[in-house]
Amino acid sequence: MSIFVDKNTRLLIQGITGREGRFHARQCILYGTSVVAGVTPGKGGQKMDKTPVFDTVREAVGATSANCSMIFVPPAFAAGAIMEAIEAEIGLIVAITEGIPAMDMLKIKNFLDTTGSRLIGPNCPGIITPGQCKIGIMPAPIHTPGAIGVISRSGTLTYEVVHQLSQEGLGQSTCLGIGGDPVVGTNFIDCLSAFEKDPETTGIVMVGEIGGTAEEEAAAYISENLTKPVVGFIAGLTAPAGRRMGHAGAIISGGSGTALAKIEAMRAAGIHVCEDLGRLGEFCAGLFKSS
Amino acid sequence: MKIHEYQAKELFRKYSIPTPEGGVAKTIEEAVLIAKTIKSYPLVIKAQIHAGGRGKGGGVKVVNSLTELKKTAEKIIGMTLVTPQTGPEGKVVGKVLVEKGLTIKKELYLSILPDRATAKIMIIASLEGGMNIEEVAAKTPEKIIKISVNPLTGIEPGHCRDIASGLKLSPALRTKISALSSNLYRLFVECDCTLVEINPLVITENEELIALDAKMTIDDNALFRHKDLEKYRDITEEDPVEAEAAKYNLNYISLDGTIGNMVNGAGLAMATMDIIKQAGANPANFLDVGGGADAEMIEKGFKIILSDKNVKGILINIFGGILRCDVLAKGVVQAAKKTGVPVPVVVRMEGTNVKKGTKILADSDLNLITALDLKDAAEKIAAIAKHP
Repeated sequence: MSIFVDKNTRLLIQGITGREGRFHARQCILYGTSVVAGVTPGKGGQKMDKTPVFDTVREAVGATSANCSMIFVPPAFAAGAIMEAIEAEIGLIVAITEGIPAMDMLKIKNFLDTTGSRLIGPNCPGIITPGQCKIGIMPAPIHTPGAIGVISRSGTLTYEVVHQLSQEGLGQSTCLGIGGDPVVGTNFIDCLSAFEKDPETTGIVMVGEIGGTAEEEAAAYISENLTKPVVGFIAGLTAPAGRRMGHAGAIISGGSGTALAKIEAMRAAGIHVCEDLGRLGEFCAGLFKSS
Repeated sequence: MKIHEYQAKELFRKYSIPTPEGGVAKTIEEAVLIAKTIKSYPLVIKAQIHAGGRGKGGGVKVVNSLTELKKTAEKIIGMTLVTPQTGPEGKVVGKVLVEKGLTIKKELYLSILPDRATAKIMIIASLEGGMNIEEVAAKTPEKIIKISVNPLTGIEPGHCRDIASGLKLSPALRTKISALSSNLYRLFVECDCTLVEINPLVITENEELIALDAKMTIDDNALFRHKDLEKYRDITEEDPVEAEAAKYNLNYISLDGTIGNMVNGAGLAMATMDIIKQAGANPANFLDVGGGADAEMIEKGFKIILSDKNVKGILINIFGGILRCDVLAKGVVQAAKKTGVPVPVVVRMEGTNVKKGTKILADSDLNLITALDLKDAAEKIAAIAKHP
C-alpha cells in the first residue's frame, strides 16, 4: 500500500515535449512508472519516444484512460494546464512548475475544492511510491520501499531526509513534496490523514519550513487524529524576518511563521521534533525501530 | 516587487481611489513647482523609500511656507534615512512626495492581502488607523474587521456593506467606502498584488475619504503579464549584490554572519544555514543555486560569496538531483582556480554522479575540504568557526 499513487497509476504528462518534460518523462519511465500519454497543444499525433502525444487532456484521457497528470508547463501557462486537467476529471494532478502567479493559484484552489480532483504542488518535486511509481523530479536511487511516509514543503531537503532514512535501513511507503508556494493544492493534513489510513505506513516524517501556519494546523490535527508516530523537522531557524527565503511561501511576516513557533506547536502536539538535520536519520531509526 | 508610495498613488488615481493632491520631486526646484501648483499650505513632504516607519526617522515633515519647504526638501532629498525597517545603515532618499496637508477628523485602516490558510482574499479594515495594525489587532481585536472574499466570485455589495458598518460610518461615507473598497479590490486583482495597504485612510473635515498613505507589493511571479508595472521597479532600493546574483538566476540574500554557503534548493539552503548556526557560527548568506545550475552559475555564486569580506569559511552543500554533482564540482574548481581559495571551503555532495564529482575535486589539487555527510560537514564547519 501507499498513498495517492501506486503501480496502477496511469500517468499523462502535460508539457512532455519541452526540455524538462522530456527529460523527466524518460526518468519516470525508466523507474517503471506507466506513462501512457503526453499533452502538448499543437503536437497531437506525434510521439515522445514511444509515448503518444495529444493536443488536449480530454483526448489523451479518452484514448489512454490516464488517471493522473504531471505538469511541466511554463508558469505563464501552468494555471491553464491545471484547469484543463481538473475539467477533464483527472483524479490526481502533480504540478512541478515553479513561479505560478499567486492570484492564479487562489482561483485554482477555490475551484479545485468543488471538484473531485486532487492537486499536489505546484512548485514541488512530486510524489514517489518507491518500487512502484515515480511522478516527479526526485533522484530515484535514494529511495527504498518500506513503511515510512515522508511529507515536505521542499525539494532537495526531502531528498536529504529520504537519503538518511534509506541509509538507516528505513524504507519509505510514499514520499511527497507539497510545494513551496503560499497556496498549494494538497496540505500536510491531507497527507497525514492518508498516511494514517494506509496500513503499510507505520511512521511519518514531516518536514516543514518558515512561513504560514500549515505546520501549526498539522500539529493540531496530529494531536487529535493520529495514532502513528510522527517525526518533525523545521528549516529556517536562522532566517531573518521579512525576507523571502527562496520559496514564495517561506517568509516570516508580522511575527508569524517563525521556526520556533512551529517547533513549539509540534512538540505540544506530541510530535518528535529533530532539530539537527545531520542526525535526522539516526533520530528516526531510534524512534521508528523501537516502536 | 515593492513599489514607492507615489507610484502606488498613481495607480490609486487610475482606479478612482482618492489621494491628496500632490506630486513627486527629485530636486528642490521640482518641489517648489509642485508647491506652486497646489497653492496652499500646509504641505507635507514625504521621503520615498520602500521601508516603512519613515516618520520616525525624520522622513516626513509638514511645512507652512515656501522658505520652509525649500529648507526641508533640501534636508530630506539625499539624506540617509534610518527607520526601524531600513536597518542601521539606512536608505538614501532619492525622491520626495509633496502633498497638500489635510485637516483630518479620523484615521482608519484598510488593506487587502491573500489569506494563504484559506486561499481566500482577505480585506482588513480597522477603526484605528495610522498605527501598527498588528498592535491594534493584538490589543483591541474588536476594532478590526476581516472580510473573506472568494477570488472566483470577487467582491460583492454585501462585503462593502460589512466594511461600512464595521467602520461605523455615516450614511454619506458608507457609499464612499463601498466604492473605494471595490475599486481597491479591483486594483489588487488586476495588478496581481500580494498586498495593498492604506494606513491611514482618513476622513477629512469635509467628510471625504482619502488615502493618505499607500503601500503596494506586486507578485514577482506575475510580472510577466504586467509590462506596464515593470517601470516601477527601483533598483536603487535593492541590495546590489543580490540584484547581481539575480541576473544569473541565483537566489542570494546577504546576512551578517561569517560562514558563506551555497546550496541547491531553498529548503535545504535554510536547513544548511541552521546547521552553521548549530555549529557555533553564523551564516553570511542564503544562496540557492536552484535545480538547473550549470558550472558558470556555480562559479558566479562562489565569487559572490567571496565578495563579502566578512566570510571566514564556506560550506557548499549540494544534493544532486537535476543538478549533478560533477557539474557542481567543475564549477567549484573553475571558480577556485580563478579566485584562489582564500578561506577554508567544505564541500559536501550527495546524489546524482557524486563519485564523478568527488573525483573532480580530488584531482584538482585545490585545498578543498570534503565532508562525507551533513553531520561531518557540520563538524568541519564548527572547527573552522572556532579556529578561523
